[in-house]
This record gives sequence, structure tokens and C-alpha cells, in this order.
Amino acid sequence: MSVTPIPISGLQVSSRKEMGAAMTGGGGCSSGACGSSQGPADMDPETWARVKDHPCYSEEAHHYFARMHVAVAPACNIQCNYCNRKYDCANESRPGVVSERLTPEQAARKVLAVAASVPQLSVLGIAGPGDAAYDWRRTQATFALVAKQLPDIKLCLSSNGLALPDHVDEIVAMNIDHVTITINAIDPEIGQHIYPWIFHDGKRRTGIEAATILRDRQLQSLEMLTARGVLVKVNSVLIPGLNDAHLIEVNKAVKARGAFLHNIMPLISDPAHGTHFGLSGQRGPTGAELKKVQDACAGGANLMRHCRQCRADAVGLLGEDRGQDFTLDKLPEEIADATEARTAYRDWVAEERRDRASAAADAEAAIAGADKPALFAVCTRGSGRINLHFGKATEFQIYEADARGIRFVGHRRADNYCLGGHGDAARMDEILRVLGDVPFLLCSKIGDGPRKRLAGAGIEAIDGLAQDYIETAIAAVLHSKTARAGLSAERA
Amino acid sequence: MALKIVKSQCTVCGACEFECPNAAIKFKGEAYIIDAEKCTECEGQFDTPQCAAVCPVPGTCVPA
Ligand code: SF4
Ligand code: SF4
Ligand code: SF4
Repeated sequence: MSVTPIPISGLQVSSRKEMGAAMTGGGGCSSGACGSSQGPADMDPETWARVKDHPCYSEEAHHYFARMHVAVAPACNIQCNYCNRKYDCANESRPGVVSERLTPEQAARKVLAVAASVPQLSVLGIAGPGDAAYDWRRTQATFALVAKQLPDIKLCLSSNGLALPDHVDEIVAMNIDHVTITINAIDPEIGQHIYPWIFHDGKRRTGIEAATILRDRQLQSLEMLTARGVLVKVNSVLIPGLNDAHLIEVNKAVKARGAFLHNIMPLISDPAHGTHFGLSGQRGPTGAELKKVQDACAGGANLMRHCRQCRADAVGLLGEDRGQDFTLDKLPEEIADATEARTAYRDWVAEERRDRASAAADAEAAIAGADKPALFAVCTRGSGRINLHFGKATEFQIYEADARGIRFVGHRRADNYCLGGHGDAARMDEILRVLGDVPFLLCSKIGDGPRKRLAGAGIEAIDGLAQDYIETAIAAVLHSKTARAGLSAERA
Repeated sequence: MALKIVKSQCTVCGACEFECPNAAIKFKGEAYIIDAEKCTECEGQFDTPQCAAVCPVPGTCVPA
């Protein structure tokens, strides 16, 4: 077979294998972690076709595709107790935070530059730092410019929903086929403790009145958008003691109105961020608490479990942020688009996906006997493989395996960028804390020191399965374990 | 009769700019400023000054 080399980010490759090596070898493709429950199996084929290359909407796609956000919409029409747009630290990763505000023209230039050097790019989103639907003029101008230059890039936006009903027709006309609405409560009694005020119809409103108007507008937007065939994902922030039990109701309500995905995210409440919740001592949930609420919602709207709560100017695969590589001052004068690189990359992904899917099916068939669910922490930089050194992982993808199959259940971050200056020992303590209930860790390599510390905490580190597909490796571990004579599958 | 923006507080979000019914607020250089000539404190148009009502930071849009 003779193949013509395809240029990918300056790399000349001539085979699928080389392409794989190029893409995972520290080029663009180095997602730190994750996966979720959404795959072709639990989505209807039409929806799957529309989201299969969207890293935020499909767990499977996030191993292969990158998104970028441009911060063109700074103005917001509500205040949330978990948000403070006043402070930004470049190392902080949370929604609402940006280092650089862009005009629509600057944003379009940046998208062009990223598209030319990151062939994995498939989606452009506008998610703040304010509200994309409220700051509509800037959002719309940006999308219009990008759609003209890069018709193969999908467009999506995030909103609190208050201003959304006013723009539904334009959203449909502009071919925006994904919208995210953040809905944290449908009961205004609860909502009033999350939103101190909203600005609506020329007035600042507070309390039950504000929470009711917001809720009504959110549900109205959801209904209007889904009725017109726009895919809508709902985000909810899990605030322990406030809406944890209530999120099941939210899940039911949004599913009934056609949301195709529900993303329950943990509250981030570091006092250093200066948010109301941070300052008032409202804590965020633990990984286990989050999983419990997500599991309680199973059977409702499909759950998203691989959200990264990215910055409003994040660039790259989920779990990595290359935003700092593409600040305005670093954009080249002349930007030549590289459509053929994106097309070549998409072809490669199609083959890689078929391969991984059949490997996963084999693996699942092979573990049909496993009784109790076992958790695995996986170090990966994308493509669904075990291809990251333990020491380089800043987050771990958590998989659960039992007789019903192997599935992604979440990701856990292992270091907190914003505190800075931590020694390795402190980081290791943190890793042991977040992986407390996980008996197995899969990585491409690990040193003796960390391996011993993990073992001391009851976590077995396995690096003999490097480059395997995640599912294949998990099946192999379960096999050797059963072979080692009926050891219990669980150590938690 | 006018409002002003306390520069040290402002997050430069621009919400006040597009709520102002009199186009009195402009982005100049690094900050938003209110043109005292054009500002009516929203008298006769709204119950409260729109810029103060939409501003996310308390005490940023204040009487000049
Ligand atoms: S915040 Fe969540 S939904 Fe938004 S880009 Fe990041 S992962 Fe996707
Ligand atoms: S008080 Fe009213 S008129 Fe004056 S700047 Fe603010 S919004 Fe504009
Ligand atoms: S609304 Fe407030 S924070 Fe935003 S630009 Fe106006 S004065 Fe500044």
C-alpha cells in the first residue's frame, strides 16, 4: 500500500501507526484523563452522529477531539454565589476565568490560528466569562466570522438561560447545534440561595422572584431549543447541603424537556477566588459524593462525567489547557488554514475508533465472570490508550469494571494548580487522598518510590500494559487477578 | 445629575454599556467611563439607574 505523507502540525507521517505515534507523542493530543458513560451504545444514532466529534458531548470523542473557547462575552445578567469575575490567576482552572478579553475580530483570528496548528480541533464554544446569550452581539459577531472561514468547525454556546429565549431563532438560523444551559435548581426556594440577584426587564430582582423568573426562562429556553432540533446539555453545580438531593428533580425535569445530556459538576469554592460561597465557607463535594449524586440520577437524562470545568479561554483537548500558547501576542501574522490536516486526522480517528471499539467488546466479553465492581485509575494522554507516565498525570480517569462491562465513571484531579509551590511529597499525599477508594492504577511507567507509596495505601500500580487500549488492559488485570485464585475484586 | 464608575472596582465587563438607555457609557482606553453630559441617572426611563442595577460589583456605579 502506498501512502502519501500527510502534514500534521509540521509532522510528515505516512501510516496510521505513525500518525498514532505523532498524535500521542506530546503533540497536541495529550488529554490528561477521563471518559464517561456516553458512547454510541446509549445514544440514539441520530444524536450520536451529531455529537460524535464533540469532546464535551461524547466521552468517546474527548479522547480524540479538541475544543476551544474564546472569551468575547464578559457581560452577565445574573450573579451566582459561586462566581467572581473580578480575579484571575493564570494557573487557575475554573469557568468564568480568563486572562485576555477578545473582540470578535481578534477571536476569529485566534480560532484560525488554533485550527491551523491543532488538527484535533472540532468545536468552538463561547462560554463567558459572562453570559454568551446576554452578550449576544459579541457572541453572534464571533460565530459569523468563524463560520465563514472554518465551516467544518462546530459552534456551541453556554448560557444561564435568562436571555436565551430572545435569541433562539438566531441560534437556529446560525446553525449552532449545541447549547449548554446551567440549571442548578428548579425549586425557587433553593434557587434563591444560589443567585443573589438577576437583572431582567430593566430591574435588578432578588429572592424568590429572581429565582422563579430565572427558572421559568431556563425551562422555556430548553423547550424552545429542543423543539427546534438544537441539542441541549444542562449543567448543574453540585452544592452540598443545598441542592444535592434536589438535583434528581432537576435531572427529571430537564430530561422531560428534551435535554440529551446532564452534567453535574462539583462546586469549586476556594476562599482565594473571592466568591460568596468561598468566603462563606460553603464547601465543595468530594469525588465520592459527586459520584453518588450522579449514580442516583442514573436512568434519567444521560450523565456527562468527563467535564473539566474549563476556563472560558481554554484551548485543546479536555484536561489540557493550551490557552497560554495562543495568546494574542503569540498569533502569527499570516495564518494559513490547514483543512487537509483536520480531514486526515478525522480519517485516522475513524479507523482508530473501530479498532478500539472491537478491542473493548473483546475485553468486556472476557470479563463476563467478574462479580463485584472494581475501580481503576488510568493515566492517559488521549486516544483511549494507557500512554502516560504516572509522574506526569495531573488527573486520573476512573473506570469501573464488572460483569456488566467496563465504563468510565469520572476523573479526579491530583494537583491543585493554584496553590503552587507544593513539594512532591505533598502532591503524593493528595494523590493518595483522591485515589483512596481505587485499588488499581494503570500507567505507562512508574518509579519505585511512588509505586511503594501507592502499595502502602493499598493501590496496586501496573505499568506492564503500556500502549494497550484501556478496556483491554482492565480485562487483562481482572483476568490475572481471578487467575491468582479468587481474590476479591474489591479492596476499597 | 450623573453617575460615575469607580475604576478600581470595575471588572470591565461592559454590561452597563449596553443597558444604558442614553449611550452615556463608553469604553475608553482601559476602562468604562460615564459621560456626565449624557447621563440622566435614568430619570423618567427606569426606576433605578440601569448601570448600577446590572453591575456585578457593589459600589462601582455611584453618584458622581
Ligand atoms: S467546562 Fe465542561 S462542558 Fe465546558 S468545555 Fe470544559 S468540559 Fe466541556
Ligand atoms: S445612570 Fe442611567 S443614564 Fe446614567 S450612565 Fe447609568 S445607565 Fe446611563
Ligand atoms: S457593569 Fe460594573 S463592572 Fe461591568 S463594566 Fe460597568 S461598571 Fe464595570
